[in-house]
Amino acid sequence: MDHKEMPRPTADTWGKSFPSGNELLKNISSDDTPLTISQRPQQKWEDPSMLDYNTRIEPPFQEFKQRSETQSSLPCNPNNQNKVTDEDVQMNGTIQTEKIQDWDPRAMLNNLNFLEQKIHQLQDLVHLIVGRRSQALGRPDELLAQQKQLITADLTSIIVQLISTAGSLLPSVKPLSGTTPTGQLGQLGGLFLPSTVGPNGSVQPQNNGGSKVSDQSNQMDITVNCGNEQNYNVEEHESKDDEDADEGENLPPGSYEILQLEKEEILAPHTHFCTICGKGFKRDANLRMHMRGHGDEYKTPAALAKPNKEATSEPMLIKRYSCPYAGCKRNKDHKKFQPLKTILCVKNHYKRTHCDKSYTCSRCNTKKFSVIADLKTHEKHCGKDKWLCSCGTTFSRKDKLFGHIALFQGHTPAIPLEETKGPTVPPDRGEGNEAINKVRSINFNFGSNAPNGNEVQNTADVKGNIEDPTGYFSPLNFDTWNFGGFHEFPRPPYEDSESSLSFLIPGSCNYTVPGSCNYTQKTGAESSSNNPE
Amino acid sequence: MKKAKHFQFQVQPLINSNNNNNNNNSLSFSYFDLLSEEIVFTILDLLTPNPLDKKSFSLVCKNFYFLESKHRRILKPLRSEYLPKVLTRYSHVTHMDLTLCPRVTDATLTNIASACNSNLVSIDLSMSKFFTGVGLLNLAVKCDNLVELDLTNATELKDSAAAMVAEARNLERLWMRRCKMVTDMGVGCIAVGCRKLKLLSLKWCVGVGDLGVGLIAVKCKDIRSLDLSYLPISDKCLPSILNLQYLEDLALVGCYGIDDNSLAVLKNGCKSLKKLDMSSCEKVTHIGLSSVFSCTKCLEQVTLANGYSVNLDLADSLNKLSKLQSIKLDGCLVTCAGLGAIGDWCVSLKELSLSKCKGVTDEGLTYLVTKQRDLRILDITCCDKITDVSISHITSSCTDLSSLKMESCPLVPREAFILIGQRCHSLEELDLTDNEIDDEGLKSISKCSKLSSLKLGLCLNITDEGLAHIGTSCVGLKELDLYRCTGITDSGILAIAGGCPGLEMISIAYCLAAIAAGCRQLTKLDIKKCYKIDDAGMIPLAHFSQNLKQINLSYSSVTDVGLLCLASISCLQSLTILHLKGLTPSGLAAALLACGGLTKVKLHASFKSSLPQAIFEHLEARGCLFQWREKVFQAELDPKCWKLRLKDMMQ
Repeated sequence: MDHKEMPRPTADTWGKSFPSGNELLKNISSDDTPLTISQRPQQKWEDPSMLDYNTRIEPPFQEFKQRSETQSSLPCNPNNQNKVTDEDVQMNGTIQTEKIQDWDPRAMLNNLNFLEQKIHQLQDLVHLIVGRRSQALGRPDELLAQQKQLITADLTSIIVQLISTAGSLLPSVKPLSGTTPTGQLGQLGGLFLPSTVGPNGSVQPQNNGGSKVSDQSNQMDITVNCGNEQNYNVEEHESKDDEDADEGENLPPGSYEILQLEKEEILAPHTHFCTICGKGFKRDANLRMHMRGHGDEYKTPAALAKPNKEATSEPMLIKRYSCPYAGCKRNKDHKKFQPLKTILCVKNHYKRTHCDKSYTCSRCNTKKFSVIADLKTHEKHCGKDKWLCSCGTTFSRKDKLFGHIALFQGHTPAIPLEETKGPTVPPDRGEGNEAINKVRSINFNFGSNAPNGNEVQNTADVKGNIEDPTGYFSPLNFDTWNFGGFHEFPRPPYEDSESSLSFLIPGSCNYTVPGSCNYTQKTGAESSSNNPE
Repeated sequence: MKKAKHFQFQVQPLINSNNNNNNNNSLSFSYFDLLSEEIVFTILDLLTPNPLDKKSFSLVCKNFYFLESKHRRILKPLRSEYLPKVLTRYSHVTHMDLTLCPRVTDATLTNIASACNSNLVSIDLSMSKFFTGVGLLNLAVKCDNLVELDLTNATELKDSAAAMVAEARNLERLWMRRCKMVTDMGVGCIAVGCRKLKLLSLKWCVGVGDLGVGLIAVKCKDIRSLDLSYLPISDKCLPSILNLQYLEDLALVGCYGIDDNSLAVLKNGCKSLKKLDMSSCEKVTHIGLSSVFSCTKCLEQVTLANGYSVNLDLADSLNKLSKLQSIKLDGCLVTCAGLGAIGDWCVSLKELSLSKCKGVTDEGLTYLVTKQRDLRILDITCCDKITDVSISHITSSCTDLSSLKMESCPLVPREAFILIGQRCHSLEELDLTDNEIDDEGLKSISKCSKLSSLKLGLCLNITDEGLAHIGTSCVGLKELDLYRCTGITDSGILAIAGGCPGLEMISIAYCLAAIAAGCRQLTKLDIKKCYKIDDAGMIPLAHFSQNLKQINLSYSSVTDVGLLCLASISCLQSLTILHLKGLTPSGLAAALLACGGLTKVKLHASFKSSLPQAIFEHLEARGCLFQWREKVFQAELDPKCWKLRLKDMMQ
């Protein structure tokens, strides 16, 4: 689809400046065997290109399967190298303007301007590198690798920002309005895939229809360090899967009576109606209490008692329910029909699967639910999902996270950044600050003479940022990105002791403080002086 | 050792001839250049571990200097600030021991990482502070052959640093004792990252629970040795731990979350387990232990200290272990029947410890030792009911004893110690602290020529005469404890110093003696309350004992001058100076600043105000800890009076 027309004008020059753009990323993790994470069987991927690149799309909800064929052509052109040009941005923008009515164009323009700036900045950088390359031929590979790493990190950031910009539009798209979602997805995927680990990266965008796409933009994750696989979980499956509970029941067909309620009946707020005034009630007990107002005959104990079940003597036929939505697995006409156990199951199933999600969480403003009970359950835990896996999945409980990690190879617990910010080292020591700065910001110190450990520090930078999903992915939150590359200079460490010794001791001992005061911050200074801007 | 000495003998004439040669011909040619690299390396292999030997070796000539740098694999630097230079000289170092460097920063680690690269196999940071995850990440990424890492006492390290450690993919042995800030998350990272782990010690990592340990058991299948002491773990992770296929050594000391019920579910236990330590597990009784022993058939060494009652039941369940060699029951309640049952086991024990056990009687012990004649190591510390009957049986049936510890056995009379010297000639370690032994006993014990450790603290009946026997016969003595032996004076110490050149530790606190030089290997010296020791004793000490690490000078007559002399000992790490009358604040400050490697200093609180605060801050930044004591000066009591008061306090 779209990806074929995707412009890639400078792909060649780019390839020159870093011939194996993803190599360093691969180096970071030795085991880049992609994992196969599938909770539901995937049959529909016939597109060989998709399989080659281990890209998988994991639909968490049923309806997605119906549409998955159209989406299976997610562009994953490997030649689409890591260059995001202005045209891309604009194109993305134009497509969105065509389709989307209710969004704030001003904010969008701001974002796009910002991205444009970023890209120009990057262009300058690459020019600079190209210029320097000719001078510094004898330089070790370390420098080259460093540059590559920096550019990759910068590009990754641009791409993510772009995605989140685009993603902020998507909730307003109607779920079934023609090919829009596909087109959008195509764009997203096209921009997104190259930034991952290339042939080894496997992408698993999860999408449950248009209304959910905003989540996707928030949870997109680029795992650089460990597992190269991408695993987006749109949500931790906290909704009680009461419809799945009877999966293993295996009643022989015909041994139960199938009832199918109509759509209106399912969605009706009340199920018990007063035969006299027509007022509706959710519960029969409430109706009976109401009936007392209509006359004394309804006040007798017999009338107020629960309707007695006289059918207990004869063997009652088991009742099972079918979903009225044609094509649904819970519909009785489906090949592999699985009945629903109770009316409540039917209601919840229908709302969850076939209805709009109209209840939005007031805390995070992103998660949406169609069953109000689900919203309440979510709100209880919203913001408490502090247990994070390197794949980007969050968990509200630590044991769930560890179960997840025990199950999947290459996944590792991700340490939240808050902790690194915390007082790991008492603040009066320079190294502490330095460490924090290093982790927090991307250093643009490629011009430096590669002092000890710079290479590694950059790895830490990329990782540190990636491990912080909030800073990384929240749309329009540019503040967390130190795009200019100027991080605060860490205070030269060890000030305290230096000053402390100036008034030395009356004793006549011939004593000098052994080199302990020499721990100045060479890397910081050099990186700043060599900064291109 | 002998070979090395031999070598020195040979080299001596060579050095002389070399000097003559140089003088005569004024040529820079050296005969040592003729030695091939292999020969020099073989010579270096045979040198003693004493660092000074290698130093003198490398000073012989340029060639030796170069070859020694090339040969050196283990580096134990005294000061981290000289590391960059040192590392350029020793580029082939594989083992880095930083235990003498209290201040190791990220910059230091980065230096090491970039200098050693893939050469580095092992690094010990157990005594160092001030490094963070950034330095560890540098190590982990650059030194891809790193196999051994000791992070003990890194109490400041958090999960983020543990995640950096996890980048060291080839790590096989990792010690994280007392990393209290690390939680399940950090350990989880390590479990995922370091898949080749064979040894892991999480002792005192109180933030780690079932989940982290469980993940270790799931991900690191090669684990051989696992120390989970004092972790709040419960039955949730125990089955997966015991399912580890190669697990040989497991320590579960003080795991209060484990009880009999959690042990009862262990069905298919660990076939490979050889060592088990379940001391101080409060909620475990012999029932739980019995279910553990029924599924770990190959156990060779069991430690069950504190809190178990050793009765017939426990002895019977232990009897299921057909390969058992060593059992430690320190601090348990022991019954006569239990000891009898241990004696009746078909297996023959090599090691038995009944230290501080209540209920050990002559009857039970004599029965046990007459059956278990192969005992090599026996510990009957504080078994206050046993008499010469037991000692007589022990010495007659267990003649192969190599270690006997019998501190505080007050009912054993002085004649019994003569039996020890007469019958047990292979003793290497003997602890007779607080016993009735006299000079006759010491004379008999001096027949144990293999003796390397002798503790005679609180033995008030011994004098210089007895000690002289030890000094002449026990040449291999490394450790001698003469704490509060008031009968010992200069002449006794002189005899020891003259006869035992290998002495490493000596405690002569409360003795009325002056120190004598002659023990070059001395690492620990306690001369507390030796009033007669003054600066004159410190000067030869500083000159000869360059390996000294610990010294206690309290109440002695050392002044500023003596302390400054000591400061020239570069290894010095721990210094206790209380109640030195001749010490002035400025002298103390000068000495403290001059001792670059200090990690622990005990001072009287009065110095806190008399010295500028900044000095303490500086020293603390170097990695030195201060302990302040408020104790008032105490005039010394008569030793017997002191013992009586101790008894009063106990009652």
